[in-house]
Amino acid sequence: MKAVLALKDGTILHGIGFGAEAVMAGELVFNTSMCGYQEALTDPSYGGQILLMTYPLIGNYGINAVDNESSKIHASGFVVREMSPDYSHRQAEKSLHEFLAEKGIPGIHGLDTRFLVKKIRSKGVMPAIIAASKNGIDTDSLLGKMGEFDYSGVDFVAKAGVEKPEVFGRGGKHKVAMLDLGMKMGIVRELVKRDCEVHALPAYSSAEEVEAIEADGIMLSNGPGDPAILEEVHKTVRRLIGAKPVFGVCLGHQVIAHAMGGSTYKLKFGHRGCNHAVLDIESGKVAITTQNHGFAVDKVPEGFELTKINANDKSVEGMKCENKDVVCVQYHPEASPGPHDSTYLFDEFVARIGK
Amino acid sequence: METGEKKENAGKKKIRKALVIGSGPIVIGQSAEFDYSGTQACRALREEGIEVVLINSNPATIQTDSEIADRIYIEPITAEVAEKIIEKEKPDALLATVGGQTGLNTSMELYRKGVLKKHNVVFLGTDAEAIDAAESREEFNNLMRKLGIGILPGKVVKKAGEAVEFANQIGYPVIIRPSFTLGGTGGGTVYNDAGLKKVLEGALRLSATGEALVEKSALGWGEFEYEVVRDSYGNAAIICNMENMDPMGIHTGESIVAVPSQTLSDVDHQKLRDAALNIVHAIGIEGSCNVQFSMNQETGEFTVIEVNPRLSRSSALASKAAGYPIARVATKIALGHSLHEIRNAITGTSAAFEPALDYVVTKIPRWPFDKFPKTPREIGTQMKSTGEVMAIGRTFQESLNKAIRSLEIRTPSRIDVDKHLYPATDLRVFALFEALRQGRSVAELHEITKINVWFLERIREMVELEGEIRTASGALGKGLLRRAKRFGYSDSQIARLSGLSENAARKLRKGYGILPTYKIVDSCAGEFEAITPYFYSTYEEENEASKMEGKKIVVIGAGPIRIGQGIEFDYCCSHAAFAIREMGCKSIMINNNPETVSTDFDSSDRLYFEPLTFEDVLNVIENEDPYGVIVQLGGQTSINLAGKLAEAGVNILGTSVDSIDAAEDRDRFRELARKVGIAQPENGIAMDEEVAVMVASRIGYPVVVRPSYVIAGRAMEIVNNEEELRRYVREAVEVSEKKPILIDRYLDNAIECEVDAASDGKNVFISGIMEHIEPAGVHSGDANIVVPSLRISPAEKEKIIEYTKKLGDALGVVGLMNIQYVVKGGVVYILEVNPRASRTVPFVSKAIGVPIAKLAVKAMCGEKLPAGLSSEMDHYAVKSIVFPFLKLLGTDIKLGPEMRSTGETMGIGKSFEMAYYKALLAAGIRVEKGEKTAFLSLRDEDKGIVPELSALLKKLGFSIYGTMGTVGNVEGAVSIAKIGRGHPNVVDMIESGKIGLVINSPRRGGQAHTDGFKMREASIRGGIPCITNVNTAFELLKAIDTLREKELDIREVGEYSN
Repeated sequence: MKAVLALKDGTILHGIGFGAEAVMAGELVFNTSMCGYQEALTDPSYGGQILLMTYPLIGNYGINAVDNESSKIHASGFVVREMSPDYSHRQAEKSLHEFLAEKGIPGIHGLDTRFLVKKIRSKGVMPAIIAASKNGIDTDSLLGKMGEFDYSGVDFVAKAGVEKPEVFGRGGKHKVAMLDLGMKMGIVRELVKRDCEVHALPAYSSAEEVEAIEADGIMLSNGPGDPAILEEVHKTVRRLIGAKPVFGVCLGHQVIAHAMGGSTYKLKFGHRGCNHAVLDIESGKVAITTQNHGFAVDKVPEGFELTKINANDKSVEGMKCENKDVVCVQYHPEASPGPHDSTYLFDEFVARIGK
Repeated sequence: METGEKKENAGKKKIRKALVIGSGPIVIGQSAEFDYSGTQACRALREEGIEVVLINSNPATIQTDSEIADRIYIEPITAEVAEKIIEKEKPDALLATVGGQTGLNTSMELYRKGVLKKHNVVFLGTDAEAIDAAESREEFNNLMRKLGIGILPGKVVKKAGEAVEFANQIGYPVIIRPSFTLGGTGGGTVYNDAGLKKVLEGALRLSATGEALVEKSALGWGEFEYEVVRDSYGNAAIICNMENMDPMGIHTGESIVAVPSQTLSDVDHQKLRDAALNIVHAIGIEGSCNVQFSMNQETGEFTVIEVNPRLSRSSALASKAAGYPIARVATKIALGHSLHEIRNAITGTSAAFEPALDYVVTKIPRWPFDKFPKTPREIGTQMKSTGEVMAIGRTFQESLNKAIRSLEIRTPSRIDVDKHLYPATDLRVFALFEALRQGRSVAELHEITKINVWFLERIREMVELEGEIRTASGALGKGLLRRAKRFGYSDSQIARLSGLSENAARKLRKGYGILPTYKIVDSCAGEFEAITPYFYSTYEEENEASKMEGKKIVVIGAGPIRIGQGIEFDYCCSHAAFAIREMGCKSIMINNNPETVSTDFDSSDRLYFEPLTFEDVLNVIENEDPYGVIVQLGGQTSINLAGKLAEAGVNILGTSVDSIDAAEDRDRFRELARKVGIAQPENGIAMDEEVAVMVASRIGYPVVVRPSYVIAGRAMEIVNNEEELRRYVREAVEVSEKKPILIDRYLDNAIECEVDAASDGKNVFISGIMEHIEPAGVHSGDANIVVPSLRISPAEKEKIIEYTKKLGDALGVVGLMNIQYVVKGGVVYILEVNPRASRTVPFVSKAIGVPIAKLAVKAMCGEKLPAGLSSEMDHYAVKSIVFPFLKLLGTDIKLGPEMRSTGETMGIGKSFEMAYYKALLAAGIRVEKGEKTAFLSLRDEDKGIVPELSALLKKLGFSIYGTMGTVGNVEGAVSIAKIGRGHPNVVDMIESGKIGLVINSPRRGGQAHTDGFKMREASIRGGIPCITNVNTAFELLKAIDTLREKELDIREVGEYSN
């Protein structure tokens, strides 16, 4: 199968297609994790994005039934240097190619992915179109379609999470209401592991609907897209804060900032990977974290304390407000994929709601 | 995650002066990686204003250069010597973790003896308790149980009975590991009681504590390693993980290794990562640590195999593979810095991160079986390799292919597959290719080898591609050729497969516009801009290595450490890079050895991590368009490329290719020697057996025979008669018109000496006249060497100086040359001239205090040199050697014209005796402390010395045993039965520990598996000094006699002047 990747700046790269025969647009982003491609593909935060893995050999251990972060592939395309046509792992059930084909997502491999990474690094993330086809691909028309796509204007959150309330870990000791902005199952797993009953609620649930759960604590999940445009969600969150302990992760953290008077900006090319060091200001300790965000908080809301920063670019990685019992982090303590250095944050949350 | 409070005492004491212990001579299991780590560590300490006191007996190390440490002791690495140095230097801290197992064991001995406490010396970084927790099997197992991390059931035993009982309880196969030995020495996998008893016996004898671990074998499980750094605040990061392609059962040092892991899912990876972190937190590592795991590929169950609480071979590999200077960071941590404060020198970002790779690295060990054709090639839990190569690619195939050609071995054309698959040999990877070519399935190969199917599939893809190239033959299309290049196939491989010539394949490829691109190793997969230029080639869209500005000089490295081409050449190449910078030019290094200083990212202005073939090297040269290329310093590897590179229009700096040829071509050289008026031992060339016999009988036996163009005397032998000569020609070498053999008269009982000189084309600077302790005939790499000379008369010296100058002039040498002479009866004969760096360059540089490799490089660039012999020395320097026989059981240890040593030591002293004694002590030979019983068995030619030798032994308090033929006439000596003629024979005596020294000179050209062979092997197994040359032994005993009662004279190198 042939495949083409066309970038907004006119760059066109040819490669070999895999997965589904399809044409998809998205913002081209890169992830530097060396494994965990299945978790990344099924991570709802990649909605509207074409995902490029910087590690060149992808698919080696296939796709299994247990490592999904949601039931579908949220990325609109997958770009790798070398797709493994076969796989070898005790849990694997299918190949990467089969998985993408089944979910209708096109993939491209055999192209200079490092060249693309450097381009994104210097020019910033940009819209792109991926096309995979057994027949010829009209590259000119691909470039034409590019203008139609605007990542920042799209509300991906509405479709990323559950459509109606769902409960996980029924019978758990602590009740958690999760505003599902596009949550990873990893968050649910961490909470359920800590004896929580998790009520996942659609992103646009009202504050009353959330309150009706009578949860011990409220969790704001990760999710895709620009946090600034989610004004309805900001309002809901503003109403919820103060009554119960709140824990926000990634988009959840950004939404808290907006809800409480802070703001966010778009990073040039985001943080996506499993190797980012985050410094805890109070303890002076560093954790290696999983990150997946294209936006970051630049103004910490009044009354909030900056708790964690990125060890490299010093961007905001965590805040808290003791008065209102809110804690939030920009990164992914649930990992999946990535290091488990920060799972203690779930312990702390459960301790707070268990009081 | 468990967090650790910073220890109270750490950081409180202001460190002013630190002692660093190096790893000593290169041995199997401990190679150049500790010079690399140690050098980085010394630099990191000095950056902080700390005075560095260094002890290392290996002169061929950058670490022992005056630029790296402040107070340098080239002395034997023993606790006694270290204690003297501590008394003298009064350091306040000790860095125990950068000198391999040698440095660690010596430090622990100092700690246990209370020396450190007495002198108020603290451990920098990981401390003694932590080291104990990791190194002591019992403590470690208890700790793992506490952490809930799986371990293989194991038990430390002292007796065979316990071992058998335990093995039967856990079930075979089991692994035996002697405690506190290097590279798995003396251990092995055993399958039954008999095997267990046999291996255990040796293991117990080799263990410093008389203990060995009997452990359940996880044969066939996947093997993974994690390289961790942790600071004293409890911050930790995994620098990289690695996957051994060869599953459990093969030592990681013997395995083909991929970086990062290829077959772990993230969940698997995080499980092992968590375990590794929990372990380093629990042990309390402050610095670097290596954790090895095995994982059952079917169930996902895993166990921890071992933990190395120090810099290691793997940490060097990880540093080079990930672009993260672990030794530097570990040293900063040891000084109390937190991980996130330390800068990553490559990206300028914080060192607190886990490198992201966007390439695949493959490491392959380099084995010495080309030098030891009779040694069993099986590989297992004990290391036999001397070095390794690393290659980087964007596909696994690319990195594998590049690594294979970096080995510089001939790919076997025919291979009996089943002899190499299992048990594995060094040739297993080639057997896998061949098996797949023969149509055997991946499933079957997995069943036999347990190698993960993913790796086997990649090789299958390569075999498939090779088939396509063969089918296409001359009509190679662009698409197929590009695929082949992206799989790492060289032009010459493609040529061989398609029936084209290499040149034609190259032309075709260039015609298609398929050119290499260079990518940066940046530790962050392109996420941040990299400051340090460290490149590898691949075939992609974008080339990131645009031509560097300025006057650039390329240094071609020496490749993997092997017998005959060791760390000495890397030392010279590193010096070249430094000298080029000193001259204000830009240095470009091409090399593929991950263990070395030359491949450190800041040794050169640019580093290309590439195979050292004509194609790979020329590609770099074409990419950079340098002023010139230095080929003299990388041993045979670089010199062999000179001709082709010159033909391709490359400017070879220094001595011309024609002069190199004039020195190496026997006919041309004979002509030259005659013209200059220097005598050569009578010699001749033979293209076949009959001519060889004719030539030899003209010259007269014994003769030295060898193939032309060889490295370090490969396949060189002394033959005594026609029968031996015929056998040699038929069995040992291929002889043909294109590959003639050289036959030289063997000069009996002559003095051999050699000279390293540097010339600027006019002035020839002679570093010194180095005299061999052993008579001519022992390979110069295996000889004990002293400078200045002892027995050469002033007249002979004059002649040597004169000849050296004449030869330099006649050959037009610009740069280095090494000349070997033999002196007999007032006549100076020349054996050979090598117009390139020799193995003795670092030794002699350190002996005279002049860095002659640097001088030579500057001369190649037009600078003038002083003429004549270097000034008189007020001291003696002796180079001694270490042999790998313990690791290569089944090899006869007798010495001859073929080189067999892996490394060297240096002893310096005001007297020859002191220097010689210390050099041998550094090499591990210590006869006066063991059983005071010597066993003598000498060949007839040596028997004249028996009265003197036995008198000396008696004087030193030895009782003498020996063969009837040797000691029959010695008063008070006991003759022992020959093997097979009653007991106790010599082997019995050695095995029962009754002999403390064996002096055995074997008959020349004798066969293996004689009595002598059995006796030598028994001594090696028993760890008893076995000296196979009477001169070596006699001089040693004389030195011991002279030095008796005297203190070891330990001095800083600066105390000796010239």
